[in-house]
Amino acid sequence: MPHPTLPYDVEAVRNDFPILHQEHHPGTPLIYLDNAASSQKPRQVIEAMNEYYRTTHSNVHRGIHKLSESATLAYEGARKKIRSFINASNWREVIFTRGTTESINLVAQTWGRANLGPGDVVVSSVMEHHANIVPWQILAAERGFSIEYIPVTSDGQLDLEVYERLLTQRSVKLVSVVHCSNVLGTVNPIADMARQAHQHGALFLADGAQSVPHMPVDVQALDVDFFVFSGHKMAGPTGIGILYAKRAILESMPPYQGGGDMIAQVTLQGSTWNELPYKFEAGTPSIAEAIGLGAAVDYLGQLGMTTIHRHEQSIIQYALERLSEIPGITVYGPDACRKGAVAAFTLERIHAHDVAQLLDADGIAVRAGHHCAMPLHQHLGVTASARASFYLYSTPSEVDKLAEALYKTRRAFAL
Amino acid sequence: MEEMYRELILDHARHGRNWGLLMPNNFDHEEHNPLCGDRLRLTMRIDDAGIIREVGWDGEGCAISQAAASMLGEELVGKPYAEALKINKQHVLDMIGIPLTINRIKCALLSLKTLIVGSLDQRAWERVEDE
Repeated sequence: MPHPTLPYDVEAVRNDFPILHQEHHPGTPLIYLDNAASSQKPRQVIEAMNEYYRTTHSNVHRGIHKLSESATLAYEGARKKIRSFINASNWREVIFTRGTTESINLVAQTWGRANLGPGDVVVSSVMEHHANIVPWQILAAERGFSIEYIPVTSDGQLDLEVYERLLTQRSVKLVSVVHCSNVLGTVNPIADMARQAHQHGALFLADGAQSVPHMPVDVQALDVDFFVFSGHKMAGPTGIGILYAKRAILESMPPYQGGGDMIAQVTLQGSTWNELPYKFEAGTPSIAEAIGLGAAVDYLGQLGMTTIHRHEQSIIQYALERLSEIPGITVYGPDACRKGAVAAFTLERIHAHDVAQLLDADGIAVRAGHHCAMPLHQHLGVTASARASFYLYSTPSEVDKLAEALYKTRRAFAL
Repeated sequence: MEEMYRELILDHARHGRNWGLLMPNNFDHEEHNPLCGDRLRLTMRIDDAGIIREVGWDGEGCAISQAAASMLGEELVGKPYAEALKINKQHVLDMIGIPLTINRIKCALLSLKTLIVGSLDQRAWERVEDE
């Protein structure tokens, strides 16, 4: 099968990622196809963080000395890069968190605790990552609201008729749905869904963990109320993520954690809260990680998100064609033109863990299991799947090696 | 040039003009700088024509924050209140006249913040600060 034409020199891009050039086992190069779990980091990001620790480190927002000044400028500079990257209207709407999971928990514990009670409904979906189910379940047990889940259709889409019905018939306060599924790759029509939610007086949260790294995202165009994502899936470091929310909503929300940096004034009788975004950033933040994420955003911006998306569309289309040749394979989710660069699959009569183990022997890193989406796997009728997920540095040759290794896996099981 | 500004700042910081609160008043608001704990309370008497007739303030803080309060207070006396609310960040920084680092800018702007938040709201202040 001929390789697709790619929009940029992928080998040049790969040269920016030191980890891709090491052997996975002696004599076997690494083929990293676990990008939906976490992406690799270019040297520009690694260097930005090293440079910060070598020359600039100090605590932010407090000191008068030059190091604190430089650290504050670098940290706040990163926030402004991220604001521009997602086109938030104001830098104060960009809150640093530990990642997508913490961002959703923050919304649940502050906005949710203040606004949800008996009779209220939170709408989520069957294709969510656990990070967008469990925080609502924990809060629902305490506050007495209910959670309804939009089902998934046989072609891996959200059932929008049920969604409309839920909005019309129930007292929905919040819709919290994934932008791009980490298993099916489905890209949900977030802008339309948010508009519908608003028509019924509900707020809308989009989990962008699997969209922001791979496609252009404009939070104002989507008109979502909350948008959350992680740094480590977008060429940035672990331990840093973003909560974007509309300013008026952030202003109305009680704080999340109490501590330093989030206060305006503290007395033994009580305290008042600092201005946005600091109200939600108690304690010393992940300074180096924020700076690393800023460098990642610069890196992605240079390639261009539209270009990166085109590259990944070519790769996933090619991958779906190559995978479909393999006897006994089931690939989950919609067609290539409607999905992100992720292919979750099962091989008949071989458990996903065995698939992943045998692929690993050939240097191929894939994820096996439920990918933190147990309800979705229940819906698919499997306990586990294997998942190959691609990124801006993935190549058609890597797809070829995956396909060859899957044939080999079948032979190893005498199929 | 910078030396001259330094002397002016020290003079204002040591001998704050309009120091001391006005009672009664028809403007009274206090703000804090959470980064360093500076406190500033600003009181004013504004006449029926909307002219600021008297200004009185007190507070605790660094030389920059106290000098800025003193300088701004001088400037406010005799000014239409509506005009005072149009004072921007750069104007205060120019009054201070010496280059300030990002954390010190917060000190310099505390008195202007007190005026704006006390007159309008936090969002209005953030617009001024983010200019």
